Amino acid sequence: MSVFINGIGLISPQQTADPALFLPDVMEYTADYLQVINPNYKEFINPIAARRMSRLIKMGITSAKIALADAGCQMPDAIITGTGLGSVEDTEKILTEMNAGEQLMNPTPFIQSTYNTISSQIAITLKCHNYNSTYVHRTFSFESALQDALMQFEEKVAANVLVGGIDEMTWNHLQITRRAGHWKTDPVNNLKLLSYHTPGAFAGEGAAYFLLGNERCLSTYSTLRDVKTIYNREKATHVEDAVKTFLSANELDVNQLDAVILGYNGDSRYDGLYDQLGSGIFRQTQQVWYKHLCGEYYTSTGFALWLGANILKHQLVPAAVRFNNLNPDRLQHILIYNQYQNINHSLFLISR
Amino acid sequence: MSKRIYITGIGMISAIGNNVPEILTSLEASKTGIGEITLFPTLHRGSLPMAEVKLSATQLLNLAGQNGSQQFTRTTLLGMVAAKEALKSAGIDAVDTWKTGLISATSVGGMDRTEHFYKEFLEDQSKGRLRDVINHDCGDSTERIAIELGINKLISTISTACSSSANTIIFGANLIRSGKAERVIAGGTDSVTKFTLNGFNTLMILDKRGCHPFDEHRAGLTLGEGAAYVVLESEEIVMKKGKQPLAELTGYGNANDAYHQTASSPDGTGPFLAMTKALKMSNLTPAEIDYINVHGTGTENNDLSEGIALERIFDPVPLFSSTKTYTGHTLGAAGAVEAVISILSIQNGMIFPNLQFSTPMKELNIRPVTEVLTGQNIRHVLSNSFGFGGNNSTLIISKPTYSS
Repeated sequence: MSVFINGIGLISPQQTADPALFLPDVMEYTADYLQVINPNYKEFINPIAARRMSRLIKMGITSAKIALADAGCQMPDAIITGTGLGSVEDTEKILTEMNAGEQLMNPTPFIQSTYNTISSQIAITLKCHNYNSTYVHRTFSFESALQDALMQFEEKVAANVLVGGIDEMTWNHLQITRRAGHWKTDPVNNLKLLSYHTPGAFAGEGAAYFLLGNERCLSTYSTLRDVKTIYNREKATHVEDAVKTFLSANELDVNQLDAVILGYNGDSRYDGLYDQLGSGIFRQTQQVWYKHLCGEYYTSTGFALWLGANILKHQLVPAAVRFNNLNPDRLQHILIYNQYQNINHSLFLISR
Repeated sequence: MSKRIYITGIGMISAIGNNVPEILTSLEASKTGIGEITLFPTLHRGSLPMAEVKLSATQLLNLAGQNGSQQFTRTTLLGMVAAKEALKSAGIDAVDTWKTGLISATSVGGMDRTEHFYKEFLEDQSKGRLRDVINHDCGDSTERIAIELGINKLISTISTACSSSANTIIFGANLIRSGKAERVIAGGTDSVTKFTLNGFNTLMILDKRGCHPFDEHRAGLTLGEGAAYVVLESEEIVMKKGKQPLAELTGYGNANDAYHQTASSPDGTGPFLAMTKALKMSNLTPAEIDYINVHGTGTENNDLSEGIALERIFDPVPLFSSTKTYTGHTLGAAGAVEAVISILSIQNGMIFPNLQFSTPMKELNIRPVTEVLTGQNIRHVLSNSFGFGGNNSTLIISKPTYSS
């Protein structure tokens, strides 16, 4: 049984909200972190309801609606979300109010800070009573959501599944995680991300929803074949073995890959792992990177999956994402490999 | 597809005991864990009760077998204690023999320490001890528990508010059915925090007298903390080991109320759908359910919505009770906490009562069990977990038909 990516809604720091466009221009920023380009949320959400919603909830509902419209689907059989942090903005509001005294606090931020709010707000908006879940595990959040989605198809309880990855960055959260050594200490030019060679990644945010279906249709981008996570500190050779095992479980070998999307994030401490694979197992494969366009966040592989699916649909690897220049003569199979601090590793396989 | 899912181990810590035997003793003695707030300073101490695990940070660290050199959150430590007990109860010492996963739930993650950090950070962004905030996200507790158990194959974290750990059991079972795992430790952990207490207080759904589920005069829930895990194993492992399982997970259902972010629908749509799906999967008729461990938070809204759904499905409604009157509402841990209590009911032929009940609700024709019942032949238990956002999940846990 095949699972198809039939619709995508992506809100990111690039002009991606219109599914008809595939990276026409690349946005260049010099910033502490990359923020999404907010679409006109009023076009997607009732303005009265939208007034109380924090930005992340609006990003979620809007990208979900774009994905559904792109696929021409009204009512998914399941809604599954991955988010590493949920609504950071609401969580901060509560902590700030609570610190000012535990009285007269506003209930709305508490309600919205609950991690499952995005999935459930989408359900409420669509009046969708079907399966609904939320995964909240760092850079496995979106991956687990996809694994759950694939099992809904396997169990034959779903024909269409809406699945997404969404996270936001705030200034306060940037300050805290910067102190903890996650990010570069100074503003970064996103298009020159790999020229810094300094510790720390470059932060970003985004919301990506996908409508997966069990049938190919006019809007189909690609198939989603498999997703795997590995939790361990790994040497490059172990990652290579894991890639081979993953591919052979899907009856492919490395030579059959037409492109590999790698999660380079500019952190000099961990990007070396990609370099080793790039000069090792993937040396004859078209390599693609993406985090200079969206930044690093727990669910950035949502952006990677959008990119891979569009490469297959348009049969084109845009110049802005090429890491090497092998100009493959066909684009049939793409592997996505991402790792965060060489502890959370994930692999995705998509095919035309 | 017809693969059976067995439960071969259980572990739990909550306000009524630090391990399963202690918890059983409290349940049998109708001894609640709800009491005064002692763990953190708050304006609400003395006016709002809570169900705390009766251990200080140091005592909990020792019980989890940690030495204090690493900074663990209370959520992580509670989870470690219960998860280790579950593995031991299943007789597992080397998790590597089978493809083993850990799927854990939490609704607050490391918030118990984040709130300390924020106090100083808000005054000065260069202040606040980083070690109080780096464990904030939900995945942190799962990873630390996984390291402690030696699990690295398959780990993830679920957060669907009060149904979180019921959903870990559902996801875990699906992973085994699909062959992605052979054994999954599933459950959840949540500590009480000032954040949660104040959050629920803004919604005005905390009962000052402690929760009175399914009572006409109920006025809200009572927060609790704890952790519980079950060991789910494939039929193949159980047959190879020849060990009698504790229970079988025969059905489960997940549905969304899609009505309101915090209120449940007046006709109990979500609860009705979750229970109906679970019954269908288990191939059981409603009459075959011997006991229902209800979600029964004690809020006006939940109990009415759940009660209406029960009356729509069951005629008559079987024996039921809310054991949140013992443990408090343990949020992300509640689904697994109540799965463990359901298994204790099956094992011991006992039904543990809904404490603090006096007056039936005027809208319903049902009343919960109010005294310990013994000598019951409990073959099938239905356990409900409903959350904010209308995330409703039902588990059906049955006496195992397999015998070695």
